[in-house]
Amino acid sequence: MAFSIYDFSTLTQSIHDGLSSRLSPTGTLAMEWAIVGIVILLFVAVFGLFLVYAERKVCAFFQQRLGPMRVGPWGLVQTIADFIKLLMKELIQPARADKFLYNLAPFIVIIVTFLAISVIPFAKGLQAFDFDIGVFFVTSITAVGVIGILLAGWSSNNKYSLIGAMRSGAQIISYELSVGLSLITIVIMAGTLQLSGIVEAQRAGWFIYRGHIPAIIAFFVFVIAGTAETNRGPFDLAEAESELTAGFHTEYSGIKFAFFFLAEYVNLFIVSAMATTVFLGGWMALHVGNLEGFNHVMDLLPPVFWFFIKVFFVIFLIMWFKWTFPRLRIDQILTLEWKFLLPINLFNIILMTVIVLLGWHF
Amino acid sequence: MSAIWKYISDVLKGIWTLIQGMRITGYYFFRPRLIVTQQYPENRRTLEMFERFRGEVTMPHNENNEHRCTGCGICEISCPNGSIEIITATVLLPDGKKKRIIDKHIYHLGMCSLCNLCVKNCPSDAIVMAQTFEHAVWDRTQLTKVLNRPGSKIMEGVKE
Ligand code: SF4
Ligand code: SF4
Repeated sequence: MAFSIYDFSTLTQSIHDGLSSRLSPTGTLAMEWAIVGIVILLFVAVFGLFLVYAERKVCAFFQQRLGPMRVGPWGLVQTIADFIKLLMKELIQPARADKFLYNLAPFIVIIVTFLAISVIPFAKGLQAFDFDIGVFFVTSITAVGVIGILLAGWSSNNKYSLIGAMRSGAQIISYELSVGLSLITIVIMAGTLQLSGIVEAQRAGWFIYRGHIPAIIAFFVFVIAGTAETNRGPFDLAEAESELTAGFHTEYSGIKFAFFFLAEYVNLFIVSAMATTVFLGGWMALHVGNLEGFNHVMDLLPPVFWFFIKVFFVIFLIMWFKWTFPRLRIDQILTLEWKFLLPINLFNIILMTVIVLLGWHF
Repeated sequence: MSAIWKYISDVLKGIWTLIQGMRITGYYFFRPRLIVTQQYPENRRTLEMFERFRGEVTMPHNENNEHRCTGCGICEISCPNGSIEIITATVLLPDGKKKRIIDKHIYHLGMCSLCNLCVKNCPSDAIVMAQTFEHAVWDRTQLTKVLNRPGSKIMEGVKE
């Protein structure tokens, strides 16, 4: 089986050939779906746990603490231990909850994250589904996550949950707009909605460089709006211990709570991965103009590593926001979106269109 | 027109203050040697407590087994939660006068809130705060301590 870490399409192609030589076309398709599902499931579990650990460490270092240190060297297995603890916890269900919706909500939230991950190009050929409307798909599928949150709040039969869910809903739906518009700014440049196409278009240079001013503005708007969409601090209004206890997941325990928790961190990954793909060149290596030698050295690092380096950079940026900025009030959050981000964004799109039309980009 | 300029300057000022905040947190993030957390059981040998730390009330004795407590009972009165009991004895001096001395200075560490009032109010500076902190015991009777050592007596020259 030919395999190269620089190009995964040979690997996926050989798996496909191997399967189709043994199974019927339908069987092959089913098998491939199963493989993709398992890979994404494993990825979500492992990466989610790692992100929780990273967040605790990063937060600790910002606050001059050490963070988890006891379980494993440097506390590396801490989150695994936490997860096992969560798995063993009792699943408590409010007596008068809407049973069906209550149990459905965590699955909606987590499935949405799986769907969004499936279109992200990790490296050349390492992408489960390559839609020609990839950007559109991601923005619309992440919006479905709101339904899970609203259902969780509604079905718990708890005022805190309901208010928390409403706050999340209001927040996510408004910031959805900024996320979409800032992505469109780049789509104007790329001329395609296909994620692999967008990455390919950045071979000559990352969009954040090629689109200069409007692209940089769009990048920051996207990161801010993405932070708000994942309900992370400083936009973590849905969780307010003093007013709303834990917000929409107040009534959830054990593994169902773990789903919400994991989904939050995987959403953080998705936002960072989208920022990477659309603005920072996806899995493309860092290339500088005509410096052949430099570019060659950069090419030695496999694309999948490039992808994760950039993703971690964006994740770190978002964590930095969270542990620096004070939380916003709900009216301030909506003001920020409707009075600042949205007008800036619309203006930015016009600017980008003019620049693309006049060919002022690199 | 001025409204637009105000809007733009508001945005820029907002961004500037946010960057200031991130500079400060970033400063600490990239300087791990500023971390204040102590890895307690590991650093037990090298651990040094601060002078101002209040661990428990103790009565220092000198090498002749002498302390400075006169048995006046002021610490007992000043204690807000009755953690100190003073038991005095009367001795007959060679010149025929009677003198009150401390028999037992009983201190209940389990009740003490470490407020430092007794130490502050002692007129003869007989008691001080120690910096010990590993106070866990298996039986709470062990938390009741007699601060003056057996056979100890008051130092020469301590004013009543
Ligand atoms: S420190 Fe305070 S509580 Fe403790 S014995 Fe002295 S006066 Fe009482
Ligand atoms: S410790 Fe001080 S205040 Fe207490 S009885 Fe002795 S001399 Fe008096």
